[in-house]
Amino acid sequence: MACSATAKILQPLSIRSAEKSESCGKMLSPSSFLGSTPLPKKLFSVNKTISPLARRSATIVAVSSDVVKEKKLKSTQNLLITKEEGLVLYEDMYLGRAFEDMCAQMYYRGKMFGFVHLYNGQEAVSTGFIKLLKKEDCVVSTYRDHVHALSKGVPARQVMSELFGKNTGCCRGQGGSMHMFSKEHNVLGGFAFIGEGIPVATGAAFTSKYKREVFKEDCDEVTLAFFGDGTCNNGQFFECLNMAALWKLPIVFVVENNLWAIGMSHLRSTSDPQIWKKGPAFGMPGVHVDGMDVLKVREVAKEAVSRARRGEGPTLVECETYRFRGHSLADPDELRDPAEKAHYATRDPITALKKYVIENKLASEAELKAIEKKIDEEIEEAVEFADESPVPERSQLLENVFADPKGFGIGPDGKYRCEDPKFTQGTAQV
Amino acid sequence: MAAMLQSLGVTSASVTSNKFTAFSINSLPVIRSESRTVSVAINGTRKAGKVTTKAVAAQAENPTSAASKPGHELLLFEALREGLEEEMDRDPRVCVFGEDVGHYGGSYKVTKGLADKYGDLRVLDTPIAENSFTGMAVGAAMTGLRPIVEGMNMGFLLLAFNQISDNCGMLHYTSGGQFTIPTVIRGPGGVGRQLGAEHSQRLESYFQSIPGIQMVACSTPYNAKGLMKAAIRSENPVVLFEHVLLYNLKERIPDEEYVLSLEEAEMVRPGEHVTILTYSRMRYHVMQAAKTLVNKGYDPEVIDIRSLKPFDLYTIGNSVKKTHRVLIVEECMRTGGIGASLTASINENFHDYLDAPIVCLSSQDVPTPYAGTLEEWTVVQPAQIVTAVEQLCKQ
Repeated sequence: MACSATAKILQPLSIRSAEKSESCGKMLSPSSFLGSTPLPKKLFSVNKTISPLARRSATIVAVSSDVVKEKKLKSTQNLLITKEEGLVLYEDMYLGRAFEDMCAQMYYRGKMFGFVHLYNGQEAVSTGFIKLLKKEDCVVSTYRDHVHALSKGVPARQVMSELFGKNTGCCRGQGGSMHMFSKEHNVLGGFAFIGEGIPVATGAAFTSKYKREVFKEDCDEVTLAFFGDGTCNNGQFFECLNMAALWKLPIVFVVENNLWAIGMSHLRSTSDPQIWKKGPAFGMPGVHVDGMDVLKVREVAKEAVSRARRGEGPTLVECETYRFRGHSLADPDELRDPAEKAHYATRDPITALKKYVIENKLASEAELKAIEKKIDEEIEEAVEFADESPVPERSQLLENVFADPKGFGIGPDGKYRCEDPKFTQGTAQV
Repeated sequence: MAAMLQSLGVTSASVTSNKFTAFSINSLPVIRSESRTVSVAINGTRKAGKVTTKAVAAQAENPTSAASKPGHELLLFEALREGLEEEMDRDPRVCVFGEDVGHYGGSYKVTKGLADKYGDLRVLDTPIAENSFTGMAVGAAMTGLRPIVEGMNMGFLLLAFNQISDNCGMLHYTSGGQFTIPTVIRGPGGVGRQLGAEHSQRLESYFQSIPGIQMVACSTPYNAKGLMKAAIRSENPVVLFEHVLLYNLKERIPDEEYVLSLEEAEMVRPGEHVTILTYSRMRYHVMQAAKTLVNKGYDPEVIDIRSLKPFDLYTIGNSVKKTHRVLIVEECMRTGGIGASLTASINENFHDYLDAPIVCLSSQDVPTPYAGTLEEWTVVQPAQIVTAVEQLCKQ
């Protein structure tokens, strides 16, 4: 349900139905780590009501297996966000949308090539989650990663430049659309194979735990792993759910369930399409949330992230969302039912937030328009910057293959090959 | 440096002889390149001349003068453990992931006792999920740790190929140099004693094309410890190949700390007539053949290439320029193996110096059979090496 226009209090989470999974009735505490701080051995209980939902026929508002508590709002004035927060959320979502639209334009003008996967329609998930993070928290994504990078703070000009393949891109033009990395903003990629990033995210969460327990630092960094519905049938997903729950890693697994893996419907490929249910099977809460509503996503995200920060372990959050465009810019998108697309178009997250903000008098139409104008200019400037940036020189070819270029070995003349001038020129044959 | 190699059970599964005689220093001088720290400047400068002269020096080292300290004797798996322990002491970011590395001590005892000393988090017993825990190591490395991934058997790392190839090898490049992946991936591989096809794999041929990784193979306790330490200290992802049958080799190694170079080959036995390039367990088959060859009047030069990717073209090249004949002896499969790459590389770089085509002896392209006799025939035996040298030298 979109943000309601009436005086009805917005209750994003109604713990309507959840299935109790026998196997997780009692939390099994993993073997204690030597030197680990004793964590509260909280047994999480799961609601007993059984959900008869077999298909996505009912409009699920939000379903949680556990921990996320129902918010009892007392008065109509008690809104979920403040004005500042509302504007931040709006700006971020609008940035994501405007950027992706510009990408499409640039692609068809021949400025970028290859596989470009756009995020239109899913902005609520990225904004809802990432805007809660600190700079030190890590984000791991898939090939649909432009907006995750933007939400995390990577400047639009760097992302656009990377897409154009210029050396001012965040990865010096070497990564491309599917490999957005930023050390400064802790964006750990950007992965082309689905599922590949989930173990990397698990490792980043492991480092956080390691810092706390081995280095004895005051570290509460969390990692968010974003991936799609198709990935949830992949082995790496399950293996990482197991390890994250086993070691109580500070990670949140965010499933962006947009129902389609290129042309494969989620319902055709998955024996039990309710992905959130797979969390409790591994000993972590599984939450389903309406991913077209940024406020609902944000409420769930708050709980999941603070759970991880407190050291209580991972959460699996399934966000029901939709991509307005095809899988990639090369996808003609002929398979999806136009009625389905029309339905979700009415649930555009940006329109919904705008409506909420205006109707609850958090900001005026003019203020929002000003934000839109600012973003439009920022995107224009990013394109200009990318256009004017130089393409990588040949000398860049061999530069980042190894962190330690001695790895290229010793040449016939006895010197390390990386000392050969042809290396710095990029003309050597490796 | 005195090196008494008492290898137990290294021979092929021959029913008649199953004990190696120890090599005495006089017939087999072992020249080791001078140890150098890996922490040189990133632009690759190194002290000129310091290592190379030693690497190809043909003089036998006088054992009494070379030994500054008596050193201590240990087995190869203990040498690996010693190297690992020293690095874990030195740097608290170093940690180990693997199946049964913690409480069990490692299936080949390489990590025995380490979990008690460093805790369950630094020596992490993982569930059986190679792809995921290797990926976890990549993520941990990107965020500041220095993990070592143990494959219980190298063959199991085939399940981790996605992470090793795409993430270990490529992320430094695709991130534009922002993230380093200082992981070490190690484990026992190679043909053992009737372990069956799937436990007898040689993954060096599969991994060699992955850009961005280095591969080394250890063969003695001395180079095992040195390479382990070098691999851990390296900023690059390194795959360290150990061999199932070499874990019980005994050798006396120095007490003082040393780190070997990941990129250099080891001169095992200088000679004049033919260059024999080998690595890992085949080194011992070659040395056994060398004894026979010496008795027959040949003078083979034996080089343990150690660095499977990249090749040490300097040591190898100097040898080729001297002997003009090359024999490669490897345990890898014939097709697309290390020997195939090495043959191509030598032909490309040193073609003018060759008096005869390069001969490459590899294992048969056969899934390793269980039966002992069949297994013996899939790998290269010393008799084949002797014959190959004789034929090579006739030309």
